This record gives sequence, C-alpha cells and structure tokens, in this order.
Amino acid sequence: MKIKLRDIAHGRSGDKGDAANVGIIAYNEEGYEIIKKYLTAEKVKKHFDGICKGEVERYELPNLKALNFILHNTLDGGGTVSLMLDAQGKTLAAALLRMELEIEDKNQN
Amino acid sequence: MKEKIRIASGQGFWGDLIEAPYKQVTAGDVDYLVMDYLAEVTMSILQKQKNKNPEYGYARDIPGLMERILPVCKDKNIKVITNGGGVNPKSCANAVLAVAEKLGINGLKVAVVTGDDIKDRLDEILASGVELNNMETGEPLTPYKDKMLSANAYLGAFPIVEALQKGADIVITGRTTDTGLTLAPMIYEFGWSATDYDLLSAGTVAGHILECGAQASGGNFLGDWESIENMANIGFPIAEAFPDGTIIITKHESLGGRVDLHTVSEQLLYEIGNPAEYITPDCVADFTSIQLEDLGNNRVKMYGVKGKPETEFYKVSCSYSDGYMASGSLTYSWPQALTKAKAADKILRQRLKDLNLNFDDIRTEFVGYNACHGPLAKELPEDDINEVTLRVSVRSHDYASVERFGKEIAPLILTGPPSVTGFAGGRPKPREIVAYWPALIPKNLVQPEVKIMEL
Repeated sequence: MKIKLRDIAHGRSGDKGDAANVGIIAYNEEGYEIIKKYLTAEKVKKHFDGICKGEVERYELPNLKALNFILHNTLDGGGTVSLMLDAQGKTLAAALLRMELEIEDKNQN
Repeated sequence: MKEKIRIASGQGFWGDLIEAPYKQVTAGDVDYLVMDYLAEVTMSILQKQKNKNPEYGYARDIPGLMERILPVCKDKNIKVITNGGGVNPKSCANAVLAVAEKLGINGLKVAVVTGDDIKDRLDEILASGVELNNMETGEPLTPYKDKMLSANAYLGAFPIVEALQKGADIVITGRTTDTGLTLAPMIYEFGWSATDYDLLSAGTVAGHILECGAQASGGNFLGDWESIENMANIGFPIAEAFPDGTIIITKHESLGGRVDLHTVSEQLLYEIGNPAEYITPDCVADFTSIQLEDLGNNRVKMYGVKGKPETEFYKVSCSYSDGYMASGSLTYSWPQALTKAKAADKILRQRLKDLNLNFDDIRTEFVGYNACHGPLAKELPEDDINEVTLRVSVRSHDYASVERFGKEIAPLILTGPPSVTGFAGGRPKPREIVAYWPALIPKNLVQPEVKIMEL
C-alpha cells in the first residue's frame, strides 16, 4: 500500500554551506518504524533528482523518532553565493514530505 | 547554589522580532536573557560597517533595545548575554553604558569578550604553519588572504562564565557560539566544570533549542502549524535549567505559540550534521542521547544528554569578497502567465548575450510555479495559473556586467510580452557576494579576553 510521508511525519530543513539538512520526524513510534525502514538515503536522493547533485547521507535518531538527511551539493554554492530563491534550503523539508512510500500492508499478511 | 535558573531567548537572528526581548523580561520571571545576532554573513557586513566608521561593527539595534529593557533588567536582576558585539564588542559596550548613563542607572557592569577576531593576525597565523584550509574544499587560505573581509574564531561559553564571575550584569561578545550564550549561565550558577561533558552537552543542547528564537516554540512549525495559537504574540522559548543537567523548555504562559515534543524536536533537527557529534568549543554533544518528555502546559523536559570532550580546535569563520550578484523580478498575469514569463526570459537572455556581458551564472525561476521545489512541484495546467513572477538572477566577477543586467529588466515591460507588472522597486543593484570560508585553528593560537567596563 502507498502512504503519504506527510501523513506520518513532519520536519525542518536548513543550510550547511552548499549542503542542505533535512530532518524528518515521525509523529509516533509506528511512523518511525516506517521511515526507518522505507525512507532510505537512496530514495531521498532519487526524490531530489535534479535538485541534490551530490551524495545523500542519512542519520538515525530513534530517541526523537527522527532521521536526519544531509543533501550535498544542493544549494548552488551555499547561502551567501547562491542565486536560488530558497538559497538556504528552507523549503526542502516540505519538498521531501511530498514523497509517497510504498509499504507492506500488515493487514494483508 | 540556585535550585534552578530560567534563561530566555530574546532573538534568533539579527532582524528578529524587536518586541521579543522586552516581552521576555516583562511577561514573567527570568534570570537571564540571551540574544544571538550573528549568522555567517553578518560578521562581514559588520566588518564593512566598521571599515567605514571605527565606532560601528556591532548590532546597532542593541542600544535602542537596552533603553527599553535595562530598567526592567536592573529592577528584576536579569543578566543579559549577547554576541551582538560583532566585530566591535567594545564600542557596543560603550553604547550600552551611554544608555545606562542617560537612564541614570548606576553601578552597571558590562563585560566585553574579545579575542575571537583574528583578521589582523592572519599573516602571523599562516606563518606559523597553520594553513586554515577550507573545511569544505580543502583549499589553503593563503591565495585568498588579501580578499578576506573578516576572520573570527567561534569562542565557547567559558569566557562568558569568567565575565559572570567578575560580576557582569551584561556580557557582550564577538563571535561566540550561539549555544555558548545559553550554556554559560548554567556553568556559572551550578559550578559545572570544564570536564563535566554530559552537563556541558545538556546546556549546549538547550542552547541549540534557544538559538533560533521562536522556531522552537511554534514558529516555522511544519507539523500542524494552523493549530498554533496566537502566533501574533508568540512567546520565545525559555530554558529552565537544573544543576543535574535536566532542562525544561517552556515559554511565558501569557504569550502565544506552543512548546511540545513536536515543536522542540523540529528545532533539535535544525541545521545539524552527524547528530552523534555536535561539535562546539566546549564539548561534543550527542543528540542521539537526548530524552524528551512532554509535561503538558507548554513544558518539555529534556534529560539524559551525553557528551564527549571538546576537540583541540576552534572553528574559524572567514568571509571574502567573491564577485557580484543581482536579481530582478517581473510578474505576468493570466492568460498564458507562464508562457509569457518564459518568453520574456528568452528575450532577456538574448539581449544579455548580444551585449557580450560576462556572467558566471544566470538563473531563472518562476515564482508561483516551481521556484521552491523545482522538478518536484506539481505541474499546473497553463491556463489555471493566475500569475507567475519571473525572477532572473546573475552572478559575475565583472561589476559592469551585473550593473548592466539591472538595466535590462524594466525595458521588458514595454518591449516584451503583455500583461506584465510588479516593477516598483527600481533597478536591481549589484550586491557584493560574500563567500564563506570555514576553517579550524588550534586553540592555543586564540586567547579570549574578558574586560569589565563599569559605569
């Protein structure tokens, strides 16, 4: 079954030089298990195809039911040099929440 | 020893809500007011101001703000800690003392923390064999040395602790870490040592929560943002700190906003890298150890924070001049808003090309269509778009090219596609690009200094 990431999580994003950080926080434990399993660095990299031109790193924070993604080479040179309207990547958390995740339907097992 | 202290966040950046610090000291009890004014680019702006006038170079909102809050702070014994001294903390302190004198406040002790500014020492530092390599690219600094506008080491909490021990009512620093401003009063009040790494990390995490102002108390909240009450009168966060490193994040009851697990968690995730290693001059905090408990009524308890010893380096933030940029906008209306904006962009680019101008980059964005999420934006049917703003930006090391670009936007109104408006701001002016150079410096090459100035 397909679920919308924004139904199970929220988040915040910002800049770290030319990289953006996108923190995704699940609303509950069940949501965290889903993002931990399905929201991989590879999927995030593919989602940001054409936006993130570098690697995507992923870190787990189970204590906060959260994942932290670092999107390298994303902000056109970074906050002060970038010509982008969103030079600090402030809207990238919302952009990631556009994602839909294909997950196993527990009820069908 | 006090049983607990309450530290209020007053500003999240230079340009934040001017009313916030005043409300923080008047809408309830606090012991400290901490205000972060410095972003990476701010130091270079302040340095330029100081180059023009040696008395400038600090956040000049501070004297006006002090005029309002000093009488309250004096009355309620609230100490103020800020890094708004920028590249001229001493001038800032003089300005604050002048305000105090005007208000007839006597016996005020203002501490100035300096030693972070290493711009005039770059030759000596480079000569000693420290190359100040760019942490992102690995390049050595020497070839860029003459272009450097500012160079500052990020100092930690301990110089502020020293200032408080010397009886300071107000502490004004240059480039001190945002987190150090909040950690310092905890070290001072509770007698934490420089090797109590778990405690220092707890205070550091509290500092991270407070450093962006209301972003921890309901502002910019991507969860259920519409349910945040009274954002017009939003309360900035307050850290209630206890000697054992337990921290309760809260806000004044009478003010708006919300402090709960979700709003605090969003701020914890903001602009962090590897969460297990949040590096500051004071300690290396482990964000994966943070435990949060929602106590209700806008109170979130934080405990269990672990940390490791600090590194042997200070982070250095340098800025240098790296060319010019300009950005211009025009708005096109229905029908065919996007098609018109795209045609205008094509015409503009042809004209720039025919003029043989030199640009490192030209970027076009369609605001209202896909400027924020690019290829992820939902494609809207052409005829459904009421209006779209064409935003074109250029970057170049040639000032004349950027200046000429600014003169090519307005003519599009009479020489391009129809139903266009929105050119009220005048010609876009070239802005100097200030690029950022992060580096590391061994701690023994930087000597923080604390000086007390008294009225």
